[in-house]
Amino acid sequence: MSLAFDLALCAFILGAAALAVAGRNLFGSVVFYIVYGVLIALAWLSLGAVDVALAEAAIGAGVTGVLLIGAWQGMKEAGALEDSQAPPWPVRLWAALGAALTGGLVITAIIALPGQDGLTRTVADEQGALALGNPVTAVLLGFRAYDTLLETLVLSAALAAVWSLSPERVWGGIPGPKHVSRPDGVMASFGRLLPPLGLLVGVYLVWAGADQPGGAFQAGTVLAAVWILIVLSGLRDEPRVSSLPLRAVIIAGPAVFLGAGLAGALAGQALGYPPGYARTAILIIEYALTVSIAATLALLIAGPARRLS
Amino acid sequence: MTELLAERGHVFALTGAALIALGFYGFMAQRAVIRRLISFNVIGSGVFLLFGGTGYSAAGVDPVPQALIITGIVVALALTAFAAALAVRLAQGGDRDDGTDDGEAGP
Repeated sequence: MSLAFDLALCAFILGAAALAVAGRNLFGSVVFYIVYGVLIALAWLSLGAVDVALAEAAIGAGVTGVLLIGAWQGMKEAGALEDSQAPPWPVRLWAALGAALTGGLVITAIIALPGQDGLTRTVADEQGALALGNPVTAVLLGFRAYDTLLETLVLSAALAAVWSLSPERVWGGIPGPKHVSRPDGVMASFGRLLPPLGLLVGVYLVWAGADQPGGAFQAGTVLAAVWILIVLSGLRDEPRVSSLPLRAVIIAGPAVFLGAGLAGALAGQALGYPPGYARTAILIIEYALTVSIAATLALLIAGPARRLS
Repeated sequence: MTELLAERGHVFALTGAALIALGFYGFMAQRAVIRRLISFNVIGSGVFLLFGGTGYSAAGVDPVPQALIITGIVVALALTAFAAALAVRLAQGGDRDDGTDDGEAGP
């Protein structure tokens, strides 16, 4: 795309970010943050990084947006929503000076950056060994599998931390409010109409992820959205967080990943794959991760336990 | 400056730098927790854009930064989820767990 498009897009991104960070209305800020996330996804698309664009749209704009709206609602119900009065001017002045300094230093660093070839070629040369067509998947689950393994553990740890905020009287209970919808209402129709489509998209994303843009994280987010829709339309209720099958699902992906890593360690290299079977091993890990990521994201959005039945 | 802007990756890298500054301002100056969370996420996506923009060449964005950025997006989400839950729990306050106050609403 043309430079004019990029410049206009960047201007919109900066405008949306400014409104999200310093707008007067708090809920408006949340909405502008979601708009901002979608624009950032467009920026990645413009740069040709489709995997990142998908992740940013699904996770950065989608899930984060839902979490922020949930936090806004929860704080409003608790009567603790801060009124959005502007901070006093000395605070603004010092913050603006600090921000200008930080931004200036970063820009200086960008300009001083020496030109380099990067790792595009190295990845393209080595990618054949894993028999994967998508270089990003090759890096995520092959060359930098260590990062991805720790990342999935971070996600599980965050869920444990969120659950630990449950009040004692509902410990191990069900997260989120109970949803009921009119049987002939809009929500009930959506709850029946969209989940099959969402399932299809989610399965396609992980299926295509080995050779084309897509992958476990993008697919997991779509599947989590499907579950949230089903819960919102009242067709199914959230599970108890103390449920053992649920915990098994959450831990399955990281466990399979860790198991493969340990098997590699016994065979000579931690997180290494046996020659010839790399693609198979990576696909198994990725499918297991998709299910776990979907469950973890859906439960992160549902939050701590709130009721016993 | 025009030479610099002529290179596409740099446009986004510089936007990333501006986003980092904007987010920094919000994180320091704003008092509302939700706004600070938004600012934190703006800093995050600014860093990613900077990272991806500097890794941009004729062949597209370097796949290694792409993979690390996806990892970063998910880690930022994990932190946001915990911070949001913590903020709501804090706001609910007064709901003591030791059995002395079983009420729904705080004092």
